[in-house]
Amino acid sequence: MRTFGTPEFLFILEAARWTLALSVIAFIGGAIGGLAIALSRTSDVALLRAMSAGFIQLFQGTPLLLQLFLIFFGAPVLGFDINPWIAAGTALVLNSSAFLGQIWRGCIEAVPRGQWEAAEALSLSYRSRMRDVVLPQALRIAVAPTVGYMVQIIKGTSLAAIIGFTEVTRAGQIINNATFQPLVVFSVVAAIYFVLCWPLSLLAARMERRHKAALAR
Amino acid sequence: MNYTFQFGAVFAAWPLLLKGTWITIQLSVLAMLGGLAVAIACAWGKTAGPRALRWVINTYIEVIRNTPFLVQLFFFFFALPAIGLRWSAHTAALTAMVVNLGAYATEIIRAGIESIPKGQIEAALALNLKRHEIFRFVILKPALKAIFPALTSQFILLMLSSAVVSVISADDLTSVAANLQSQTFRSFEIYIVVTVIYLVLALSFSALFKLVYQWGLSYPDRR
Repeated sequence: MRTFGTPEFLFILEAARWTLALSVIAFIGGAIGGLAIALSRTSDVALLRAMSAGFIQLFQGTPLLLQLFLIFFGAPVLGFDINPWIAAGTALVLNSSAFLGQIWRGCIEAVPRGQWEAAEALSLSYRSRMRDVVLPQALRIAVAPTVGYMVQIIKGTSLAAIIGFTEVTRAGQIINNATFQPLVVFSVVAAIYFVLCWPLSLLAARMERRHKAALAR
Repeated sequence: MNYTFQFGAVFAAWPLLLKGTWITIQLSVLAMLGGLAVAIACAWGKTAGPRALRWVINTYIEVIRNTPFLVQLFFFFFALPAIGLRWSAHTAALTAMVVNLGAYATEIIRAGIESIPKGQIEAALALNLKRHEIFRFVILKPALKAIFPALTSQFILLMLSSAVVSVISADDLTSVAANLQSQTFRSFEIYIVVTVIYLVLALSFSALFKLVYQWGLSYPDRR
């Protein structure tokens, strides 16, 4: 039996790059999908609104773990060759699209109604109305909750461990099975997540306070 | 695609699925009650407790909110037995859920307490309202109203994230699915059905909470 030493610690620490890589993929994919969802949710087309509402409901109303399982076990059935990378990436992108879409929808709607009406009165096209008037203002509101949501994404990547993707949590399981020192191993694992997430949490809270102070003035 | 869906084996196991659903509901409701108790105590400690206690509570909240639920679950299930605390998967799962919810709900409840302007209580005192009336109508009801949406969506999130406890085989709905999968090999069908059950649960709870809100907490709010 091995004991928990520097090599074991480094093994878990090195797995953090896969946690980070998966988080970055989920965030970038989720940002693109989330923008599409947020724009659909606030569009004038009833069908788009209904479809995006359904998408959000589906992904916010079911467990992320089951979404991961459906993609991981469903893709081979539908004839796609799939590995844990793609399964985890796809599930996380779809899931964060729904959550970011919902968050950003709120930010778009928080732009005062008068701004929309003024843009319409100036007979700006939809594209210019969004790009030049609404979205830049929504962006300022969106920064703090978006940074806060990144913490959720990083934590969410831990579920990829369950389908065998070797990120921090899975690395911890592997080391635990070899050393039988769960207290040390899972403390190290938790500490790595904490180091990744805490700065983001603090940043989000600070931005939130500053934003509130700016509004109160 | 040349796959034929066979839901027969899944539906034949409906008593198991029903039992798993019941355990998921039970775990979530118990964890909600336990988590609320922890949160009320922590919110009190944070607003009125001594400095050291506040520091402990803040550390608890930050650690829980910045680490994945799965890791917390592993910690309770694997690490604590290693130092002599033995318990079943079910108890470990429930404990992890209570501890997790407690951290999130503390901040929600604190926001509720802080949402009551002091002037309201002073006004109630000036109107000569009795203490229990002040607590009930001026403090509790408006505070509940303010935090109700956040609290209920936290409950639904908790219920959905409880799927993770299947990893330590805590006999919840997702564990039932995993067992069925190894018996019947119809994994796609099973996970479709179980996902739909979670969706129905989430929609039902959110409809129920909306009703409770309308019946119990809606009154003219002029602000």
